[in-house]
Amino acid sequence: MTDSAIELDQVSLGWRDRIAVRDVTGVFRRGSLTALVGPNGAGKSTLIKGIMGQLSPVRGTIRFAHDIVNQIACLPQVGELDKTFPVTVYDLVALGAWRRTGWWRRFGRSEHARVQHALETVGLADFGRRIIGTLSGGQLQRALFARLMMHDAQVLILDEPFAAVDRDTTDDLMRLLQQWHSEGRTVVAVLHDLDLVREQFPQAVLLGGQVVAWGDTATVLTSENLHLARHLCAGDYL
Amino acid sequence: MNALTELLFSPFVEFAFMRKALAGSVSVAFAAGPLGVFLILRRISLMGDAMAHAILPGVAVGFLVAGLSLWVMALGGVITGLLVAFLAGLVSRFTPLREDASFAAFHLVSLGLGVLLVSLRGSNMDLIHVLFGSVLGLDDAALLLVTATATVTLLSLALIFRALVAECLDPGFLRAEQGSGSLSYLVFLFLLVLTLVAGFQVLGTLMVVGIMMLPAAAARFWVRSVGQQMVFAGLSGALASYAGLLVSFYANVPASAAIILSAGLFYFLSLGLGPQGGLLQVVRQARARRAHMAAIPD
Repeated sequence: MTDSAIELDQVSLGWRDRIAVRDVTGVFRRGSLTALVGPNGAGKSTLIKGIMGQLSPVRGTIRFAHDIVNQIACLPQVGELDKTFPVTVYDLVALGAWRRTGWWRRFGRSEHARVQHALETVGLADFGRRIIGTLSGGQLQRALFARLMMHDAQVLILDEPFAAVDRDTTDDLMRLLQQWHSEGRTVVAVLHDLDLVREQFPQAVLLGGQVVAWGDTATVLTSENLHLARHLCAGDYL
Repeated sequence: MNALTELLFSPFVEFAFMRKALAGSVSVAFAAGPLGVFLILRRISLMGDAMAHAILPGVAVGFLVAGLSLWVMALGGVITGLLVAFLAGLVSRFTPLREDASFAAFHLVSLGLGVLLVSLRGSNMDLIHVLFGSVLGLDDAALLLVTATATVTLLSLALIFRALVAECLDPGFLRAEQGSGSLSYLVFLFLLVLTLVAGFQVLGTLMVVGIMMLPAAAARFWVRSVGQQMVFAGLSGALASYAGLLVSFYANVPASAAIILSAGLFYFLSLGLGPQGGLLQVVRQARARRAHMAAIPD
């Protein structure tokens, strides 16, 4: 039990009569680096919404290690971020301190140092004063990673963090994921690039409306499993 | 030089009603401009309009009950303003009609109802007073209401500023972080109604939206960040109020119209000359780009 960060027991998620993903049972271990893969419509984003508590399970339970409950941060796939809103990159990143600062608490020197450090880490050290509307897609994604860093969370969940991002940015941000992994944080990322998953992620979960396979990446991403997942979704794209 | 200072200040030195008018309209401008900035940034500019009309039936009912009593009219306005905001929110949540469209429907009905109610008992003069304000006839009670409202609005805005910016910037993020979202937005709507009710004493329900939206729209052509835009909108609105009162005094034209037109003039100036995307700058940049392209050999 102490080894697991998040446990799912027979979890089914969906909306009323339409179940997107059923009977998910499995464990995200503490400090694991897991890729969540599967065809379109396999229920990846739904599962993440369930873990984040934005969607209650229709059946089953999701349990968190008790010291982790308030230690989960998420980078959603399609955020509701208004890119035209005139705030600086610094302010966007500083928003990540919300749980510590809330509505009124002072944004002190230590928070300022955190923002600077996060900006440097994602390669945006000189971009703090820029308005977010002037950033490219890749730069904005870097800024959102910096905001995620501000949480200083033990569990990080990312939904397609590298969609619509150039190669250099993917490399840099992947290095950041590896760094979080080496710091002992639990990382779960939804990905489409199977080569990247094989190269970088020790663990993988393959979904197809249900769990097709869960475990070491090499044993999960076999051609039979991938074929099965595709078949289960009746999708034609992986 | 002396003649100029005399020209600029003597109306306010000589006449108490001009001093009151200045204090009242400047207070409204300081509160309304920052609110307008948020309306524009959330792309709900029409909401200001809708709300301003929505307070009219309440003001009218107050007028029917108690005559030209400041407090009863203001209370009525706040009640119907909040009611319409609530109803429009419900309609847009539970039907496919978008928020701006459902606001439009409510505010047109409110306007009709308000005009009808006022004319049931009052004269045309009363109707004109409600629709276009009475900035030159402000008494002490009205002035107190307006300045107190502006103070409350600005202080509250400072208190909710961080949450409101976060809410407008990334509503999903805030929901994930604190479990709930839009409390700051509800406070904002309340401040909006409050300021419009106070503002109608000064500029009237039709004109008060002008001092809210025009300086806010102008601000985005001069400064970038949301905080700067709020300060800029408040200050330029106050300046427009001053200029409008002067024009009204010397040219003997209606004050509220002169104030709104001053703000409008400043808006058009900003549109042309503003360094943040004003027309002149756009043209200059396009020319620079063309020159740059021409300089590159084929």
